[in-house]
Amino acid sequence: MATLLKPGSNVGRWVREDRKAGTFKVNREAFTSDEVLAREKERIFDQVWLYLGHASELKNPNDYLTRFVGGRELIFNRNRKGEYQAFLNVCPHRGAQVVREPCGNAISFKCFYHGWAFNNNGKFATKSRPGTYPDAFDVDGSVDLPRVPRLESYRDFFFISYNADVVPLREYLAGAADILDLVADQSPNGMEIVSGTHEYSIRANWKLLVENSYDGFHAAETHSTYFEYLVDELGGVDKVDFKALEEVQTAIDLGNGHATTQAKAPWGRPVARSIHTWGEKGKADEQRMVAELTDRVGPERAQLIADRDRNMNIWPNLVVNDIMAITVRTFYPVAPDLMLVRAWALAPVGEDPEVRHRRLNNFLEFLGPGGFASPDDVEALESAQRGYGAVKLAPWNDISRGMLREGPPRGDDEAQMRTFWREWARRMEGE
Amino acid sequence: MAVNDLAEARATVQPRTRAEYEDFLYREAALLDEWRLDEWLELFTTDSVYEVPTMGVGLETRPDTTLFYIADDYRRLQHRVTRLDKPSAHAEWPHSTTVRAVHNVRILGVEERGVHVACSFTTYRSKHNFTDTYIGYAHYWLVELNGETRIRAKRVQLGMDSLQPHGKVSIIL
Repeated sequence: MATLLKPGSNVGRWVREDRKAGTFKVNREAFTSDEVLAREKERIFDQVWLYLGHASELKNPNDYLTRFVGGRELIFNRNRKGEYQAFLNVCPHRGAQVVREPCGNAISFKCFYHGWAFNNNGKFATKSRPGTYPDAFDVDGSVDLPRVPRLESYRDFFFISYNADVVPLREYLAGAADILDLVADQSPNGMEIVSGTHEYSIRANWKLLVENSYDGFHAAETHSTYFEYLVDELGGVDKVDFKALEEVQTAIDLGNGHATTQAKAPWGRPVARSIHTWGEKGKADEQRMVAELTDRVGPERAQLIADRDRNMNIWPNLVVNDIMAITVRTFYPVAPDLMLVRAWALAPVGEDPEVRHRRLNNFLEFLGPGGFASPDDVEALESAQRGYGAVKLAPWNDISRGMLREGPPRGDDEAQMRTFWREWARRMEGE
Repeated sequence: MAVNDLAEARATVQPRTRAEYEDFLYREAALLDEWRLDEWLELFTTDSVYEVPTMGVGLETRPDTTLFYIADDYRRLQHRVTRLDKPSAHAEWPHSTTVRAVHNVRILGVEERGVHVACSFTTYRSKHNFTDTYIGYAHYWLVELNGETRIRAKRVQLGMDSLQPHGKVSIIL
């Protein structure tokens, strides 16, 4: 599963890379075409690992939640023994959705249409009068809740695949597992999803949000109002460490299409880089957490966890942004020009209440539909999507920034996007 | 208006008539529709909060333990207005067209932080030839300050399953 298409020349229908000339172009039809979307469903979303949810969302045995993943409605639950499972939320009888609540705790599920019932291992458990169904009726699993072909987790992040033959999750994640480690290791007690979900849609192609989620180039321009806010909050431009950001920033190819940026940004991090407006308590919290991290994971990893900001895409559609807060975000195309987005805040289990408040406050100042930055991203993505109406006359997006740079790429180059597009081309181009 | 007006504000928690509160809410809606955001901000006390929780979150839930869409104290609310006044607030530049309807206004009681007034609302936002509709319940805690009604807290409980197709809460609800 390693990326076969190492940087070289590639002249595809949608992706054209000329390494010698230092140019990388993506045809805008990739964002507008029904044919491309159908092909993506078949060659990408039905083949790879897709994010389902976090272990902390099902705290107790028999807990369940429902979620839309890769175009299907799923039940994510734990049985009496506490084992995690994933089922298609589709009645094997006539197809109605069996579970209709967003979450709960149940030892069995019953379809409201005709009353077919299942235990929470998905096993058919309906009592009928003798003679109603033939003896061979319940022997081949065909009347059980259909299980999702594959379910695996890494550091409490659960993924499913609709492809029974997909490589093991750990192998698929490649270097992205190391970045998930830097998230999962932020607390000695594990991490949890905070209650409250951001649920929204964007009138744009899903790949635009992939690009945007780790696009270091757009930040200063698109989010000038956020940085003006930050400067004002911190008490003036001389109080903001933009120099560190300029010097410490790169992008890392994590294999299999995954990539992350890594930088030292000027905002505060709940774990653990305080800013002066957090006062003595903020500084003390930082020192306490950095000391604990250093003890547990060593000074080098402690610095990576506490003092570096990362925007990662796990191919194809899981974004983990570990910045002024941690957001876990996934999205799915329901049309070439429409995606559904779900995003959560991830935080240490047992986090100090003041640190938790700081974290959520930080989250909202930048991230999400009401933040000072994300709405402008949505505007940019939708604006690009409208622009692609001219695809026949203006067909190419340029992703060449930093192509010929000597040494490691900068976070505000476009290397991370090229990583995505090479993997996309590998799966999508050709018959 | 200064933060230390708090005590005075508390002392003058006193219900007006529903018609007077309706006039106040209509005026607030008009200021927002007309993008007179600086005047709108003057309706708030300097110890006020403006909150929009995520879906299905009850009135008692606080933004220090649950992820909201918006949880502004007065300082951040000032920043929100400052931001929306700029052409570089791209989501709202050029400004969207909005129409706010306020209905079912009720006085729910007198509480420590003010008179609790609730209404249902319908807010239409039109931009790029899409018109999106926000619906829900707005809760206000109102006080009297120098003879004027002021907002001590505004909490917007969205009455939708999700922000589909809105994608954002870039306007002030």
